[in-house]
Formats: sequence, C-alpha cells, structure tokens
Amino acid sequence: MALALLADIHSNREALEACLAHARARGAERFAFLGDLVGYGADPSAVVEIVADHASRGAVVVKGNHDAAIAREDGYLNESAQAAIEWSRTVLTPAHRAFLEALPLVVREEGACFVHASAVAPERWDYVDSPGAAQRSSRAAERPYTFSGHVHDQVLYVEDARGRMIAFVPQAGVAIPARPNRNWLALAGSVGQPRDGLPSAAYALADIERGRITFHRVPYDNLAAAAKIRAAGLPEVLAYRLERGV
Amino acid sequence: MGNEIDGFVLGACVHAGAMGKLFEVTGREAGFPMLMKVPILDGAAESAETLLAFETEAMILPRLSGIHAPRFVAAGDVSSVPYVVIERIAGESLDHRARPMPAAEAARIGAAIADALHDIHSQGVIHLDLKPDNVIIREDGSAVLLDFALAHHRALPDLLAQEHRYAAGSAPYVSPEQVRGSRSDPRSDLFALGVVLYELATGHLPFGVPRTLAGLRDRLWRDPTPPIAHLRDIPPALQEVILRCLEVDAARRYQSASHVAFDLRNPDQVPLTERSRRRMSLGFGEQAVRWWRARDVARMAIGSRGDEEAAPVVMVAVDTTHPDDPRQPDLQRATRRILSLSREFRLICVAVVSSPIGAPAASEKDVQLEHRIRLRHWLAPLEVEAERVSMHVLEAADPGNALVEFAGRNNVDLIVLGAPAPDERALAWWRSVASSVTANARCSVHVVRRAPRSSPINGDF
Repeated sequence: MALALLADIHSNREALEACLAHARARGAERFAFLGDLVGYGADPSAVVEIVADHASRGAVVVKGNHDAAIAREDGYLNESAQAAIEWSRTVLTPAHRAFLEALPLVVREEGACFVHASAVAPERWDYVDSPGAAQRSSRAAERPYTFSGHVHDQVLYVEDARGRMIAFVPQAGVAIPARPNRNWLALAGSVGQPRDGLPSAAYALADIERGRITFHRVPYDNLAAAAKIRAAGLPEVLAYRLERGV
Repeated sequence: MGNEIDGFVLGACVHAGAMGKLFEVTGREAGFPMLMKVPILDGAAESAETLLAFETEAMILPRLSGIHAPRFVAAGDVSSVPYVVIERIAGESLDHRARPMPAAEAARIGAAIADALHDIHSQGVIHLDLKPDNVIIREDGSAVLLDFALAHHRALPDLLAQEHRYAAGSAPYVSPEQVRGSRSDPRSDLFALGVVLYELATGHLPFGVPRTLAGLRDRLWRDPTPPIAHLRDIPPALQEVILRCLEVDAARRYQSASHVAFDLRNPDQVPLTERSRRRMSLGFGEQAVRWWRARDVARMAIGSRGDEEAAPVVMVAVDTTHPDDPRQPDLQRATRRILSLSREFRLICVAVVSSPIGAPAASEKDVQLEHRIRLRHWLAPLEVEAERVSMHVLEAADPGNALVEFAGRNNVDLIVLGAPAPDERALAWWRSVASSVTANARCSVHVVRRAPRSSPINGDF
C-alpha cells in the first residue's frame, strides 16, 4: 500500500493539491503529513483544512516548529518566518489553532516512525543534516523506517554493515529498494518551499510492504502561490523563494 | 539434492567461492536456463559485507536490460532466505582462454567487452570488478558481464560506499582511483579493461598480483612495462589503446567505452602518440618524479565523474558523390554546431557509395581512395583534431541500411545527415536514405535541410 509522505507544506495550497493529486494518481491510499503545515505561505487556513480532513480519515499528522509557533514563541525563527507566523495567527480560526496545538510531536507505528525533526528530542527541532544525526534519529525512532522533514532537501539515509548511515540524494521518479532488514531514514523534501534551485514541489511515496521508496518532484503553479504571498503583504523574499525554488 | 526454495528446485552446485555458491535451478518457467546465487553467511566479520554486496547485486540486476548482463529472474527475502536467480549464460568464460592470444583476437574480445561496458554505463551502472573471471564470451562473439556485487548504480544508494577495503575490486585489475576509495567513475572500468587487454595480448599482468595495500598503491604512480617489451609483435595501435586505458589520471584515459571499442575495431584509424612508441618502462628519474607526485594524494582529483553523455560518438553521413551540392555547407555548419556542445566527442565521417553489382574489382580501390579524399576535404573546414575523427567509405546497394548498421556497430549516439527539401525532386534518392535512417536507427538522428530561402512574395518584383 502506497503511503504519501508530505513535509513542510508551509501554507502552500497550490503545491499541496498538486502533490496530493500526483500521489493519488500513483495509488496512494495513506497519507502522512510530516510537520510545518503552516508558516511562510499565504494559505494557512486552506492547508490546515485539507490536512485535518485527511486526519479525520486516518492520516498521520505530526507537529512542526512553525505549527508550534502559532500557539507560542518556540525556538528561533528568522525575521520573515516570524512575520508570516504573526500574520497567520490573524487568519487562522480558533478551530484551526486548536488542531495545530493538539498535534503530536512523534507517531510510531509497527514499522515506521514519523517525526518532523530528529526523533532523539523532537521538541528541540534539531536538523537531521548529516549521517551522524540520521543515525542518532533512526536509533531513537526504534523502527526500520523513519520519515522526517524540517531539512527542506530530499535525502535517503541507509545503514551500512557497521550501523553507520550513508547519505544518498535520490533521483526523482526512481523506485529505490529499501528493505526493512536495514534501517532507513527518509527526508521527504519540502512540498511548499523547496530550496534546491528547482521550484517544483517535493514529496515521497513509500511502499512499506514491498520495501520501496520513490521520491517525486511535482510542477505546480508556483507563480500563483508567490503572487498570493505578495498580495497578503508578506515579506517579498518569501514570494521570491517560491518563484526560484531557493 | 532435491532441495526447493520458493518453487526453485536446486540442482548441481556449479561454483563454490568464498562469498557464495552457484546452483543450477529448475522449477519455474523463465524460458532460459537459470542459476541461483546464494551468499555464504557464517556470522564472521566479513559476512556483513558479503550481505551488502549481495544486496547490491540484487538491487542492480533487475534494473539492467540488454544482452550484456544476465537476465534477472527472482530474489529471496534478504532477512530470511537470501538468494538471486539469474539467467545462465551459454558461452565460454574469458578466464578459460589461453593467453597470450593473437593481437587481433585480443582486440576483438576487448571491443566486445567495451561494447558491454558502454551498454551498462549508458544505463547508469559501473561494474567496478571487471576481470576475465567475470566475462563470458558468447558464440556470436558478444561479451556478457557477470557479478555485479561490487557495482554502482547512479540512481540507487551505494551500500558499499564506506567499505573501502572490501569494495575495491580485484587487486590485479582495480583502478588507482578505486584504491583511493572512489566508486562513482565509469572510467574505472576502462582501466580494468586495459589490464584485461594487456593480459590477453601479452600473457602478463601489468601490475602483477599485489598482496598488500602498499603494493596496490604502486599503480597511483607506476607506468606499466609497455606490452611490446613482452611480445615484440604487439601492433603499435593496440599498445596505444592499452596504455591509454591504463593512464593513472582518469582524465587522460578514454572518456567513453564506445571510443575504446571503436579504436579496437579500427586500428588503422588510431592516432599514434608517444604511448605507442614506448619500448621499455620509464627511466628511474621519471618514475621517481611520479612517485613523489603520487605521495601528495590530495592533488590527484578523485574522478570528476566521467560522463558518457558528455563524450558522444557523432556520425555524419556525407554525400561525396555530389561534393559541390549547395547543401554541403549547411551540413558542415550543423556538424560544427553539434560538436561545439561537447569537449570530448568522437566524429565518424562516412561516405556511402552505391556499389553496382559486378563492378570490376580493379576499380574498387580507386573509388575508395577518391571518396576518402573527398571526405577529407569536406572535413577540413571544421578543423577537428585528428585524434577525434575517423573516415570511412561504405560501399552498399542500400545506403540507408548500411548507415544504420554501421552506426549500431560503433555505438553511435547521433547520426547527422542531409536531406532535400520536399520540393527538390532531383535529390529524391537522398530523401529516401534520410527517411530510412530516421525510421530504423536506434540512436538519435539529426536531419539537416538547407536554410529556407525567403520565398518570393506573389506580385513582388
């Protein structure tokens, strides 16, 4: 059964809808939202409603640092991120805010662990940005598969013969055999604010039963999403990032 | 034996090595004979690495297509019954061939292996353990590569990335960059091919059989004894190809296996350099300088990954029967533009001459020479270095077919040829050549037409 992994949506409705359609067309039946539903973008309410709708039908949803920041100051956010959070508070309804507030930091299932940042201490929002950090998070997850976001890149870590992690940058659309005899940690990339120079939305599809992970890039109307950011009066840099994918 | 695993019935054990065993199997219908490969996992320290290598092969084989690797049938669950079932290739192991063998035979086999390497490289796979043991020559002369346990796939995680000692291939054949931990350069396979060619042609291994890491490191600086010092009748062109494959710096080797195959098949077109003239190893002084340089390992850039796509084989078909045709400059311009896109190309210029059946044999040589001269003149304005070009005159009743076959045999990536515009009735013959090549070629085809002349507007005078 295909499981869609969607991280760092950041209030980008156009990107989220494009990824969901892409995933359904490829047989996705389950969905996991890996945190940072909001922040940066101009559509926080629409995104929270889409995710809440999936959650009511069994989707996994974990909390990200931007989601946590809606309720209270929580760790450092840069100036433009802080501006977007303050603006988001004014548009989100109390029900939206309650939904974000109630999200768990980590979800463990039989074969997989879902967490926005590192499973070592999810509330510290540490970046999994090295083989060492991946190894520590995977151990703390205590599952063959750990699915995370926070770092806006797509990276697949796999454990070698001595328990060390090997980092691998996947090619979009290539199914990678990932069997549970080893430990794997997948960073799904960012749906709503990719930063690797490609503006297309990033997500991944995992098929745990068949031991396969496929990373995808999905073109979407990034110019429309950028235009909404400008129209909302949010910092210009946030619109520019979507236009260029930086 | 009668044992059964997942519906496969185990037959005789045909090979037992340190890392695994090979059994004949039946029981499932694949349409060809099958072998089952089972790793030996005894709980020792090496077995974790054996399992990584085993998983590597099980990941890569199903993704390879074509005739140069055994077909994949099935794989068992790694955590309970690890095995892979693959096609059993009919043919002779290259390891069983007597060597030295005649130079022409060594070149023929070398070209077949280069074809196989080109095929897997263009699928994103590097073998990294090429040696006679791992090559089977089929009856039709084509080569099949076996054992992808140490291979690397461009689009898959490299489970062996950190197993430097274990994953470095076989000591006599391994490239200098592999000794230093690189696993992502297709040109490493060309180094191993150079060692195999050297062995086939001379009966000697260029670097012996090193047993220590220090012995392996020798090849970071040492130039091998030239093949001709072992056997005096090694043709200079073959020595040139072998020593170019064995260059320590991957950037000085061939950049594509297809270029090696081409040179081995066309020895008269190989531009001979100082490599072909070496009679003995470099003098002590020069070796000492190289040794000193190699000490500074950091200075030798680890393979800025060779890129097959950046080293294309381009074939241009020239109509030498009509050298003054006004379309020739257009074809030259198009060719120049295409070549300007890559630094490391190989250009094959071909003229096709229709061969009238029963033509007097005496005139054939003159025809060849005449068209070769015309090709040379056609090529001159392009100012391409001699070592990148070769010229061929094909005589054939069906030029379209001849071009497609020649391109297929030489791993051509792009065919460039001219075609008349729809209204140029006089040249209808070439139009049919162009459409037949476009329809039947297995590579890309670039059809060049004359730049459209501004058509006179009615009533304008």
